[in-house]
Amino acid sequence: MNVELRNPNTIMKLSRLGSFHQSKLSFLRSFLNEFKDWDYKRDLFDLNKKGFGIAVYSFKKKDRVYSLVCFANKIDDGDRSDRVIATKWDAAFTLHDGVPSKNDIERLKSQVPQQEVGRLTYKELTLSRANKSVRVFNHVVERLSNGSQPDLDLLNKVGYLYRTTAVYGSGKFGLADRFRIKNREEINGPFRLEMMLVYLVRQFTFDQVNHVAQFKNPKKAVKLDPKICKNLGIGNSTGLGMAPFIVNHPTLLNNWILCREIALKKIREIKRVQNKDSRLFINCVRNSIKNITSWNTVNKYQQQKIKFLLNDVKKFLKFVENNFNFEKDYPFNKIYLWLEKEVCEECIEYIVSIMMEPFSEIIDPLIKEMSSDEDKYFNIPTERTIKELKEIIEKKYPNILSINFEKEENFRKFWFISKNKEEPRLADRFKELGSELEQPLAIARDIKKLYERLKFFKDDLTIDKFLIENSDLRHVVRRAFIIEKFPYSEIQDNTISENTVPIDMLRLKLSFFGALKFDPRSDKWLRICMFQGAPLPYELKNYDEQWVYNSYS
Amino acid sequence: MKSLSEIETTSKRASKAAGFSWGVAEEIGKCIRLLELFGLPGIKNLNKFYKDKDQKSLENINSIRKNNKSTKLFCPVNLGVSFLDQVKSLESLKKITFSGIAYPLLLIPFLSRSSEIIGKKIFFEFDEINFLLNFNVNISTNYLKHNFPNNTKKGVISFVENKDTFSDTDWKNLYKLSENTFVEETDSLMKGAAGAGLTDND
Repeated sequence: MNVELRNPNTIMKLSRLGSFHQSKLSFLRSFLNEFKDWDYKRDLFDLNKKGFGIAVYSFKKKDRVYSLVCFANKIDDGDRSDRVIATKWDAAFTLHDGVPSKNDIERLKSQVPQQEVGRLTYKELTLSRANKSVRVFNHVVERLSNGSQPDLDLLNKVGYLYRTTAVYGSGKFGLADRFRIKNREEINGPFRLEMMLVYLVRQFTFDQVNHVAQFKNPKKAVKLDPKICKNLGIGNSTGLGMAPFIVNHPTLLNNWILCREIALKKIREIKRVQNKDSRLFINCVRNSIKNITSWNTVNKYQQQKIKFLLNDVKKFLKFVENNFNFEKDYPFNKIYLWLEKEVCEECIEYIVSIMMEPFSEIIDPLIKEMSSDEDKYFNIPTERTIKELKEIIEKKYPNILSINFEKEENFRKFWFISKNKEEPRLADRFKELGSELEQPLAIARDIKKLYERLKFFKDDLTIDKFLIENSDLRHVVRRAFIIEKFPYSEIQDNTISENTVPIDMLRLKLSFFGALKFDPRSDKWLRICMFQGAPLPYELKNYDEQWVYNSYS
Repeated sequence: MKSLSEIETTSKRASKAAGFSWGVAEEIGKCIRLLELFGLPGIKNLNKFYKDKDQKSLENINSIRKNNKSTKLFCPVNLGVSFLDQVKSLESLKKITFSGIAYPLLLIPFLSRSSEIIGKKIFFEFDEINFLLNFNVNISTNYLKHNFPNNTKKGVISFVENKDTFSDTDWKNLYKLSENTFVEETDSLMKGAAGAGLTDND
């Protein structure tokens, strides 16, 4: 049986992309899988009794070493902010390529805590900062120092001791460019070093909280139970900074989605599913219920989505446990078709993610296909004709061509870069100043404009001639030729409509990171949790691959 | 040290601010990144170009011909983008001349990328400075100073045909030497050491 890949016009809609969940393809899970046999070590832990100072953690294999350098600082409560405008953080981190020398550490000490205004070098790979969840951190210190374990209800509600507010890589602020390291086999997957940084930061937070509690009451203090540690992750506050990334990296976006779609297609094409695989799938779905019931958010929109998701997952479980026979041919295809008919988008994508769990032989090779050499597809094939370009647009952007951009509601918003923080923002062009400096992220509007303009030119004219007088549309001419080869490279939606929900774009990216428990705080930023339930570093050599579903929070 | 990613992003944004479209600004970002990657002063020249650009009246070129003349200097960005877009049809001209080009260094990465597109080396000469663009893999030059002229009165671009740089004799001599790694085949080796059968008429 040949199952078709799902239609990009359905999958690449913002509401669908905003319903994606973590899966076996997610970067934090593939990071753990890749580094599970590396040697983990805490190389330096030089904190004072309040927990301020320097620590270094590393992963080593043969001659390769990656070292996380941590700087924990004292800050006033009034200075603690998750927003990108903050200038001080409880801790700042960088992932150093190799073993840092004393000179390196001195250099980094003066730069890393400054984050965006500091300068890193090609020896550093990623950069980040994090703030304590003061409420949880203080509670844990208090309890541990008195010889008892913390209140699990409180911990489950929050899920972490620290949350990062940005993780930078790939050449930002002087960090190493991607090309310097792209041939290393162990990082043959997107954002692998960013994931390593976050994972090691998680361990630092446990070590720090134990250290502070120990110094507070050396006679009575106990260590945080490793089982509790395991069920804590690292929080993350994410704003609009992430949204343009997926528009600006079309071939990379394509490869992420395409791998997911190929995985689904191959799973649906399995004729006979082994008993152990169907059992694993059902167990994961069943166990995942507690990930939904422990998913806390104050956001009404998300609460509603969670409610529907929970109902639909229960409905699915009832169906699959009572009315479904895995011994019939192509069971996962039947399940998928049932999902499309019976449940909401969020639940479809949720179950699609879980379908991947039993099938490492399908998923593992795909993980290596998720990066992209974007420069290879940058040049415009200018020898092609107007007719060909029109056909590509008609075929690849059918819904976008039907949007009426004469209506204010369809172009109300504009994307811009703020001068003070150099971060992307979204505003109402009819109320705010600055739309003349709009970023080229209104792809739907510009594609439509390109299509309308092409109608004035002869079909056999070549693109080089068209571009002479139409340079203003060059960026979308390039994209149209990219989508011809990369069907999932474009969001098939209007990113400047008054109804655009930007957090859908964030959620798409975060789901590929492997984030859990999306907690929107507005339509422009959200909090998430990463690595909650993940094995601790000393457990990596032999860990439960389905930890996401088997943690107890 | 600035990373290439920072160089590309800042060059792109600055180019948009200097009046180019986003699509052209993307091209400029990639090109300045290339120049800096090859150790050539891209940022310095782009900066000087944008400072000068409004005072100098520059010629924008649409269709490139064999001989391109103007009383004004050609804009290196417009010329570079046009060359890149039209390179497949320009190849047959073999040699193309331009009467004067502002900031000729900025044209080089466009030529380098063009060389990769057509699969031929491109030779660019101006003011006794020569550049050989090798398929966008590397750039050779006879000019090792860092101060490039702000403009040149004449620029010549040639397409270098794909041909050997060595004589037949050089090749034969080297090939003969390489044969010393081969094993002389005996009858027994002829029968038993190859993959296919002795007759393959089936």
